[in-house]
Amino acid sequence: MREFLTSQFGVSVVLALIVLNVLLGAVSYCIYFERKISAWIQDRCGPNRVGPWGLLQPIADGIKFLVKEDVVPDHVDKPLFIMAPAAIFLVAFIGFAAIPWGGQLELDGRHVNIQVANPDIGLLYILGVGSMGVYGVVLGGWASNNKYSLYGAIRATAQLLSYEIPMGLCILVVVLTMGTLRLEEITLLQTGYWIGWVPQWNVFLHPLPFAILFITALAESDRTPFDLAEAEQELVGGYHTEYSALKFGMFFLAEYAHMITASALICVLFLGGWHFPHFAWTQPEAIQWYAVLAKIGVLSTKIVLFLFMMMWIRWTLPRFRFDQLMRLAWKGLIPITLALFVLASALLFFDRQRSPLWALGGNLVILVVALIAASSSRLRVTGRQLNLPSITPTAGFIRVEVPQ
Amino acid sequence: MISEADILRIDEPGLTASERLYLPQIVEGMKTTLRHMAKNLRKNTFTVQYPEQKRDLRLQNYRGVHRLNRDEQGRVACVACYMCSTACPAHCIHIEASESPWPDREKYPAKFDIDELRCIYCGMCEEACPVDAIELTPQFDLVGRTRAEMILDKEELLAVFDQTAAMKPRKNPHVTGYAGTGGRSHDPPLTGGAALE
Repeated sequence: MREFLTSQFGVSVVLALIVLNVLLGAVSYCIYFERKISAWIQDRCGPNRVGPWGLLQPIADGIKFLVKEDVVPDHVDKPLFIMAPAAIFLVAFIGFAAIPWGGQLELDGRHVNIQVANPDIGLLYILGVGSMGVYGVVLGGWASNNKYSLYGAIRATAQLLSYEIPMGLCILVVVLTMGTLRLEEITLLQTGYWIGWVPQWNVFLHPLPFAILFITALAESDRTPFDLAEAEQELVGGYHTEYSALKFGMFFLAEYAHMITASALICVLFLGGWHFPHFAWTQPEAIQWYAVLAKIGVLSTKIVLFLFMMMWIRWTLPRFRFDQLMRLAWKGLIPITLALFVLASALLFFDRQRSPLWALGGNLVILVVALIAASSSRLRVTGRQLNLPSITPTAGFIRVEVPQ
Repeated sequence: MISEADILRIDEPGLTASERLYLPQIVEGMKTTLRHMAKNLRKNTFTVQYPEQKRDLRLQNYRGVHRLNRDEQGRVACVACYMCSTACPAHCIHIEASESPWPDREKYPAKFDIDELRCIYCGMCEEACPVDAIELTPQFDLVGRTRAEMILDKEELLAVFDQTAAMKPRKNPHVTGYAGTGGRSHDPPLTGGAALE
């Protein structure tokens, strides 16, 4: 038994169980903090009745989801209707398997990875699994046999397909820079220092792809300002309109699980994962159990900061209109990320891929060009459509009645 | 038809470079929400934690549950004139008049029911009452398990008066003896500037 538990396979099994359960709890508390943060931003109190500071609210919500009537409407496609929440839930949670949580641990003289699985193509695995998230949304919208649900699903499909391109290109920049798809190795490669103290995190090489990856992560996890798929003012509830009780709960939890995966991925790719500069316990050489705990703590803290950012953005920004959303992806992010991709390729060609001066300089040039292009574009940003007659002094002026 | 002279033609406002960029606007918005959040993390000064704390109500004009006032002898002040039930837009007041057992008035209400579920709390009954017998109280947390429970009868309405008399005294206590005054109130006559207005 001890032999099994100290092997990589045993550690993976135990870790998978721990990660899954901790994540389920974390996701519930994400919802609690989402409500709290929204309340603070809007000058309210938020949940504060169940337990001290309302801390038991997620448990009460869970019980509520469990005991509520689970309505399956007559007009739905039953197998698909039941499959959809399961699909989105599964996909949202298996992405965590490739996240390197805490470097290496020494167990009975053997070194094991604190990572459920360390495949060569860890990054592709997370990308692939993340893209499959759209299946749950589309299945849910289609099976509901409800036009609002279908609208939501169609919007989600178009949105996720569009934002996957800049997302993939940003990740390619990291892959070109690091030369590996293993997430553990990407973390390890970021643990050095420039000029003795600046950590070699990718964010200091390529800040622009980092920012764009964050934006696309918002879009991929259906968060405001990109939550067109569940725009409740227009679509009732979007793709989960017809769902109730635990099935709805699963859609809800999956959204937060998606946020955590996306945050973890950004942290690993750009912020050095579990690495914290100049702190002995979070260096790759530290393989004691307390070092592993410290590393997990560091990564979790980074993830929590991202989750806070996402919630803060959600309760600040209004939702995009669909054409604005598409324009941002196709006319904004994709050209920029293509330029960044070319930059990273060029740096690789000239063997300067880890030189901060060249990378930062290139990023700066692309940023300045993009900002100038964006601020000088003559595109109308009002609700007026482009093929309408143009506004001239003789026709189409806004009429304002002057009160007598 | 609006005449051409009344039409003010204005141009659609253009966007500045920073507005077209959208990013400075985002930063401004984020700063605003963060400021609110920081303030509320320290202390939320807006929310009243209801069952534990209660708002200060404007006792004189808050329109909550009705009451039937008692006169100074503890009798029901109502003279069963039907003014309130006539004025009521929701038809929620049901009165049955009967000959008064007291010599100072002709009628008194044998039954006086108010359906608190039909009532829209407009205060018209209070306005209509010639003897200030029906009034709305600042009591707002009326609950019941059945519809029948929410129809308050005379005794219940008098009980509301007993509960709320200390909080909101009856407006005009000089109503008994109304029959003998030839319709005049016992209120002191208005004098000076107040009378002119």
